Amino acid sequence: MASPLEQFAIQDYTAPLFTIGGHHIAVTNSAVFMMGAVVLSSGLLMAGAGKGAMIPGRIQAMAELFYEFIANMIRDNVGSGGKKFFPFIFSLFIFTLFGNILGMLPYGYTFTSQIAVTFFMAMVVFLGVTLIGLFKHGLHFFSLFFPHGAPLFTAPILIPIELVSYLSRPISLSVRLFANMTVGHVLLKVLAGFVVALGIFGVVPLVVLIAITALELLVALLQAYIFTILCCIYLNDALHLH
Amino acid sequence: MDASAAKFIGAGLAAIGMIGAGIGVGNVWASYITALSRNPASKAEIGANIWIGFAVTEAIALFALIVALIALFA
Repeated sequence: MASPLEQFAIQDYTAPLFTIGGHHIAVTNSAVFMMGAVVLSSGLLMAGAGKGAMIPGRIQAMAELFYEFIANMIRDNVGSGGKKFFPFIFSLFIFTLFGNILGMLPYGYTFTSQIAVTFFMAMVVFLGVTLIGLFKHGLHFFSLFFPHGAPLFTAPILIPIELVSYLSRPISLSVRLFANMTVGHVLLKVLAGFVVALGIFGVVPLVVLIAITALELLVALLQAYIFTILCCIYLNDALHLH
Repeated sequence: MDASAAKFIGAGLAAIGMIGAGIGVGNVWASYITALSRNPASKAEIGANIWIGFAVTEAIALFALIVALIALFA
């Protein structure tokens, strides 16, 4: 039987297009699904936003739902000054969400189960947020590493702790999404292996498998939400410094 | 002892880390229900935040699982 980790293998669909630093860059299944997520999401949202009917149809209602969801999230978690980051946060959410959901399709490939993809996204957010904070507050930004009202003699302990927790943000942000997606899909494959191996008694794990598939759909939505809301919280830290 | 046996023992040891995440996730939902029974009107406010607490705690279990998988396969 195939290993449950085989589904995450990267396959080249074309001959190498060009070479960067000894790595051959080709169109892979991961890249195809990323492009699919972008095309599908922008197609759906443009179709929803195009007409602007007074009484929204199904697609327009969905687009409005997404818009309101993210707009509320930014208003609640970032507050003033967060509005101009709406396009970035919205794209981040939609890209992650479509990546997670497309991976749930049979024969689909989950590009968010690649640490390279999630770590890149988390690193862009982390560096962007740090630069925004530095530009907005200058050197005062570093007061983020010392909580208000703490006694001064605790500084030698508190500052390293805060620094480590700040620097580990991109790691925890990316590993959370990557691990959730990887583990969910491994679990589905392992259970599917039980269904085949048990023969007629395979209906028992099959019922569990259906329930886990529903759970994985919830996790796909939840992890996109968590990824986005944590980015909002980090942005809020940088903009308002606690 | 065989090297592959140590690999399996290591993976099992790494999975112990999930105990803490299990206690944590239980705590998250227990506090949610306690808070709701004390003040049912706050459901809308707590409802959104509970998922952040849940996902952040659950991620710890997944870190342990990733270490176990690395010990097994990498």
